[in-house]
Amino acid sequence: MSVIITFIQKAIVQGICMLFGADGEILTEKSGNLNLGVPGMMYMGGIGGLMAAFFYEKSTDHPNAFAGMVLSFLAAFCLAALGALIYSILTITLRANQNVAGLALTTFGTGLGNFFGGSLSALSGGAGQISVKVIGSAYQAKIPVLSEIPVIGDIFFSYGFLTYFAIIISLAMAFFLKRTRWGLNLNAVGEDPATADAAGINVTLYKYLATVIGGGIAGLGGLYFVMEYTGGTWSNNGFGDRGWLAVALVIFALWNPINAIWGSILFGGLYIIYLYIPGLGRSAQEVFKMLPYLVTIIVLIITSLRKKREHQPPQSLGLAYFREER
Amino acid sequence: MEQNCAIELRDITKKFGKVYANDKVSLKVNKGEILALLGENGSGKTTLMNMISGIYFPDEGHIFVDGKEVSIRSPRDSFDLGIGMIHQHFKLIDVMTAAENIILGLEGKAVLNMKKVCEDIQALVDRYGFDLDPNQKIYTMSVSQKQTVEIVKMLYRGANILILDEPTAVLTPQEVTRLFTVLRNMRDDGRAIIIITHKLNEVLEISDRVSILRKGRYIGTVETKEATVSSLTEMMVGDKVSLDIYRPEPHDLKKRLTVEEISCENGEGVKLLDQVSFEAFGGEMLGVAGISGSGQKELLESIAGLQELTNGKVIYHARRGTDFDLSGYNAAQINELGIKHSFIPEDRLGMGLVGSMGMTGNMLLRSFRQGKGFFTRQKEPRDLAEEIKKNLDVVTPSVDYPVRRLSGGNVQKILVGREIASSPSVLLVAYPVRGLDISSSYQIYNLLNEQKERGVAVICVAEDLDMLLDFCDRIMVLCGGKLTGIVDARKATKEEVGLLMTAHKEDKA
Repeated sequence: MSVIITFIQKAIVQGICMLFGADGEILTEKSGNLNLGVPGMMYMGGIGGLMAAFFYEKSTDHPNAFAGMVLSFLAAFCLAALGALIYSILTITLRANQNVAGLALTTFGTGLGNFFGGSLSALSGGAGQISVKVIGSAYQAKIPVLSEIPVIGDIFFSYGFLTYFAIIISLAMAFFLKRTRWGLNLNAVGEDPATADAAGINVTLYKYLATVIGGGIAGLGGLYFVMEYTGGTWSNNGFGDRGWLAVALVIFALWNPINAIWGSILFGGLYIIYLYIPGLGRSAQEVFKMLPYLVTIIVLIITSLRKKREHQPPQSLGLAYFREER
Repeated sequence: MEQNCAIELRDITKKFGKVYANDKVSLKVNKGEILALLGENGSGKTTLMNMISGIYFPDEGHIFVDGKEVSIRSPRDSFDLGIGMIHQHFKLIDVMTAAENIILGLEGKAVLNMKKVCEDIQALVDRYGFDLDPNQKIYTMSVSQKQTVEIVKMLYRGANILILDEPTAVLTPQEVTRLFTVLRNMRDDGRAIIIITHKLNEVLEISDRVSILRKGRYIGTVETKEATVSSLTEMMVGDKVSLDIYRPEPHDLKKRLTVEEISCENGEGVKLLDQVSFEAFGGEMLGVAGISGSGQKELLESIAGLQELTNGKVIYHARRGTDFDLSGYNAAQINELGIKHSFIPEDRLGMGLVGSMGMTGNMLLRSFRQGKGFFTRQKEPRDLAEEIKKNLDVVTPSVDYPVRRLSGGNVQKILVGREIASSPSVLLVAYPVRGLDISSSYQIYNLLNEQKERGVAVICVAEDLDMLLDFCDRIMVLCGGKLTGIVDARKATKEEVGLLMTAHKEDKA
């Protein structure tokens, strides 16, 4: 029993990181931009949050946990959004190839994260020596009282605030996309920007906002990893392939944030299931780590067989928009 | 009287480069009236309407809406004046419902109340007798339903002046009847409607007045009651202009193609070709006339094996004397038999040539199948490219220079040159001089004439009647997918062909 509970807890912990990435990427892709820079933006978010927390804690003797959280949260969001802004300028204004720009952003973000992560480590005396105790534990704080309930408390209430924030963002985004005027317009931009333009929608503005905000949300995945998952430290390349799993999760979720919630928990579970199966060798473990991708491929096959239009990616995904000559 | 006028244009002029698309055009539409705007392809109808809907801005002239002079600089301005244009290509998002498409881009409360929106749409639908379910997704709709969504969209946004560009081109006869009923309802409700068309029977059926344009010039406006098919045709096509194209007498005619009762339809079940039969002879230039979208493209594609026929067959009489029923062959095999298809699409590079490749690469596209082994052979296509460059005076820095950067005339020479290089026995060309200046056009005419004198059966689709009459030996005329007649180009008059082009027989369906 307790093994199952631990497994579920760990699956959720693994999944939230991907959920942030997937939510950000769903918002981005709904505007027709395929931003493959998600892993990079997660690194940027992670290092941004960590640096803000680190220097804040160093600067005062009595760091305030709440202020530190706000600072690191904003830093993570803004640095990742900055990455997305670079991508936006390249692809929307300059109409560069989206795949190339996205992959470049991933390389850039990863390098940026590792560079400053390594520098912070050096400042604090060696790898794994970074410590932002006050803020790290504030991010990890569980919900009081409710988390004390046996089983239910463990499964539902034993996480830090970012976990619930990820769920809230997903729900809010689902509402935004389905029920609001802006969501409808954003959908139109991603489906057919020429039609949206003719209907009087500012295509460029929508693309920029969706991509930049989406990038910021994806960056929170990095913040979550650094603060809640590892408790406020840095190890180079520590994210592994979570960023790419987030991109796969977007496809798995069929561009629906609600699907992304349970999908992320499933992905998280599949990602760590090798730890719970006894007697696996090193190579067998790697095979198990492929499961989330395998599931994504199966979903792709099934949805393309069913040919349901609602389950297809936004039609103009990956294409730059040229307004016709007037 | 001034009160009654919905929109008036006075002396509107629009130039593209040196070409006048519209030259001092004036027209006027009253409230509660349907005006038909009639003219051949390229007569400037669409340009004129694009100026009303804010896509172009006129160089000269005045536009009055409700008696006040206005300046329409963007589609938004046009919207705000209550002008709604329904294009031939619908601007709708496929995965959304009709209602979502209708409110797209409108200002309003952030959170949508789709129930209220649907009720409002339903009210409009009931008022004018549309057939529309606001909750239906666009991608499940037929063309006619999509058109309905576009019209309702304009009405929902408060358009009082509706412009429909070729609304019946894609509809079945029953759907046309339904559309006309709705248009009459809207007219009786006091809205002004402009319908752009070249189908004379529809003009006579639906409109109150007809304004005619020819080659960008305003010819006149007549009351529909007083007009007849022949009086309108005369105004539309005008007098023949001689182009003095060299036309060798055909000799040694040999039957090359027999087309027997071919029909084909599109995915919607609309007939694109309807029981077309004719013969084509080697050594002869056979012109194909018709208003665009009458089945010209489908006709060539049927012969080239690119269209699935629902009826009939195409028989090819080879030089050696054997006959082939082409229905048993695919497009590549038909090409192999010597039937070459060179279609000049509107954007020239869309079909047939790869823009980023040089001449050599584009020659290779036709010959790579002959190569054996893994590697392509570069030498022959390069020689061929050099030869075409020399013989046809293609102006290019090198045969490896991307064809995209060449001028239209040169691109067309490459396209035609490649097809004739393989010494075809049937050459299908569509719009060979589309968009070319005069000297390039004559070079293309000479190329085609050369082929004709060599005994090739040339089938040439074109829009310009003057050119067809001066250049071809016989002209077959298509109208709505039906063959309405084959005339001798040396004897036929422009009116005769014009009448055939618009000779819609009433459908008995």
